[in-house]
Amino acid sequence: MSTAHDVWDRLETLPDYGLVALFILAIWLLLSLFAALVGGPQAPNLAAGFVSSVTVLIGAFALLTLALNLQWGYTGLFNIGVAGFMAVGAYTTAILTAPTNPAAGAVPGLGLPLGIGLLGGMVMAAIVGALAALPALRLRADYLAIVTVALSEIIRLFVNWNGVAQLAVAGVEFGTGGATGISFTSPSGIVAGVVNGPFSPLVAAAESLGVSGPNVVNFVYGLTLLALVVASYWVLSRLVNSPFGRVLKAIREDEQVTQSLGKDTRLFKIKAFMIGCALMGLAGALFRGSAGYISPAQFRPGITFYVFAALIIGGSGSNTGSILGAATFSALLFYLPARLGEFFPNIGGQAPGNVVDAVAALGALDVSPLVAYTIANISTLRFVLIGVVLIYIIQRRPLGLLGHRNEPAASVDLRRPAAADGGEPRDARRASSARGSDGGGDDE
Amino acid sequence: MGLTESVSNRRQLPAGLSGVSVVVAVLVYLVVDLAVKLTGTTVLAFGFHVIGGSLSVGSLLSMVIDGLLVGLAVGLAGIGLSMTYSILDFANFAHGDTVTAGAFLGWVAAYVVAGLGSGAAFADLFLFDTGQQLSVISAFLPVLIGLVVAGGGTVGVVLLVDRLTYRPMRGSDNISLLIASIGVALALRYLIAFVFGTQTSGVASSGARLQLIPGLAVTDNEIALLVVSVGLMLGVHLLLQRTKLGKAMRAMADNEDLARVTGIPTERVIRLTWVLGGALAGIGGYLLVLESGTISFNFGWILLLLIFAAVIVGGIGSIYGAMAGGVLIGLVDSLALIWLPSGLTRAAAFAVLIAVLLLNPSGLFSGVSTA
Repeated sequence: MSTAHDVWDRLETLPDYGLVALFILAIWLLLSLFAALVGGPQAPNLAAGFVSSVTVLIGAFALLTLALNLQWGYTGLFNIGVAGFMAVGAYTTAILTAPTNPAAGAVPGLGLPLGIGLLGGMVMAAIVGALAALPALRLRADYLAIVTVALSEIIRLFVNWNGVAQLAVAGVEFGTGGATGISFTSPSGIVAGVVNGPFSPLVAAAESLGVSGPNVVNFVYGLTLLALVVASYWVLSRLVNSPFGRVLKAIREDEQVTQSLGKDTRLFKIKAFMIGCALMGLAGALFRGSAGYISPAQFRPGITFYVFAALIIGGSGSNTGSILGAATFSALLFYLPARLGEFFPNIGGQAPGNVVDAVAALGALDVSPLVAYTIANISTLRFVLIGVVLIYIIQRRPLGLLGHRNEPAASVDLRRPAAADGGEPRDARRASSARGSDGGGDDE
Repeated sequence: MGLTESVSNRRQLPAGLSGVSVVVAVLVYLVVDLAVKLTGTTVLAFGFHVIGGSLSVGSLLSMVIDGLLVGLAVGLAGIGLSMTYSILDFANFAHGDTVTAGAFLGWVAAYVVAGLGSGAAFADLFLFDTGQQLSVISAFLPVLIGLVVAGGGTVGVVLLVDRLTYRPMRGSDNISLLIASIGVALALRYLIAFVFGTQTSGVASSGARLQLIPGLAVTDNEIALLVVSVGLMLGVHLLLQRTKLGKAMRAMADNEDLARVTGIPTERVIRLTWVLGGALAGIGGYLLVLESGTISFNFGWILLLLIFAAVIVGGIGSIYGAMAGGVLIGLVDSLALIWLPSGLTRAAAFAVLIAVLLLNPSGLFSGVSTA
């Protein structure tokens, strides 16, 4: 345990980008090792498949977690309607970019380029966020949670409604496609065009190593998402370290004090909410719509809680922690267990078809059917694991991996020149305990 | 504190008032429209449909009965949510999955009892694979035993969850507890999926129909839901009115520290809150399955927002509010079909939830607290 602490302490001295890069590299390595273990001759392609899928997941979840961190971690707005704002962004992008003369049975759109579509999606998500925020932000945190989750379900039910599946306004036909969904310009298709075009020698080189072309495209798509994460991270860290960000942190700590200092806190909260929603809209289009198709079933509230789990694992209030949490969640809790079930299906023999047969064998002191049943159903059990991890973290480490980091709301360095004994100055200590007053001081 | 509150209240008053008047205007329109629809006339202005349409009394009544039945079960399940919300002061997102757990426990018991001696394999009985459909008339004893197991079993589940999750966190802020309950919801839901699978099973269908008027009938299962839920609500009412427990709960909801100083054993009251709320949630879930006929691992999760709507519309902490709110939300969910396409009725129920939270967060029956 103490060695683990030592390693963690040493890792924490790394610059943040180094920490994140090292973490993602370690995940890639772990998945490659797993692929080498189970893949046999197909190992390189399997490894590429694992790595590219997990990179896309990490990128998408990191974008969502960063957005939620701005709303909850920095401003204290408990938004659990993430899925709804993702849906607004994704559907706006889809309607703007779907072809004007689609295949038979599909819904036409406005046929605009993808870049405009994504921008439109972000703007629309921000507008809906503002409309939701205007009345809702004066509510208590738990009421805001219920309002936002209800709103996200209303949005999903609305796009699912066949009354808006196909409309004609002033001669222009468009729609959401109802329950069957809508096809539009595929973001990963555009990446595929670039990869297979100017970079085709790279694909040929990869194929000579046994890695298939689609895996290369998927990996590059994941890297594109990671690049977007880097860009959002940069913008958000500039933002939260600006005077604007200091007001947000002050609102989180004590809204009444901030108000009494003459800040219009509602305006600040609405702005922060809109920026977060815009980012969620972008992530919705690029993550759920990566293959150029979305349907209402992809925007159920479940996804919201996965983003929450990622943020809590990473530690709310820390952008670096958000990315680490997203990587931990999507790689180790969400992706890897499902692959374990897929590639170790027959440990302990053929899995019984139901839990009764599996447990009945225990009477004969035979554990193997239960083990086999458990492994065969591990993609269900991973959600139990996610739930248990969530409970464990909120009980034992409520600040997550990096939430204990000290981010005071002051613009000047509050630390006094280092004391002779090297002890932490009192002011900084107080600033950090103000943030973690709910009992998470065990990291020091 | 008091001053800032009154200042901010005054600032928000005009917005709140205009919101309420909009709601009143909409309600008046809907009532007039309903009356005109029942007479079967349509009023057009400049070619646009303004008011009216056609609707038979029979179909209106069957919608009312549907909404009433679902609303009663939702209200029953909502009592537990309302109690934990006011006494432990957090929104329990695991409550929907508690409802599911109770329904599964109860129906497994009912199925196994009904299938005893029929020679069916235990695995088939346990997983509802025998194709048998239970009803109150055809299998009264199994359904009754299932009801008892649903209540008792859920109490066990809820107490275990409280011991493992919430008790180590007593005194935490309500957002931490809310997040822990999201973890409990995930774990509970997928444990049920692990044991029972993710398919939807048909377990109940009506055994007899009682014709009320031509075109309007109720089934034996629906009557059972009505009788049991009204009976239980009455029982809860008596429990809270006539016993010291009700007084203790009210005191704790009001001010926990003061309650403890007065000598109320707060930890025991909390446990009894879970016992009562859990039993009612489990029975509510069991009855909902009896009425709808099908069971699946996530039906309680899907229902959760509706239960929240019931609790909030009725006013958090109010037992009677939860009952009335449940019936109201059930009626909205079913009567919205008169004005809205079928895909949007659930959205209407959620819109009512949002409207109540924005306009009057203490609920329609605010001021009337527990018992």
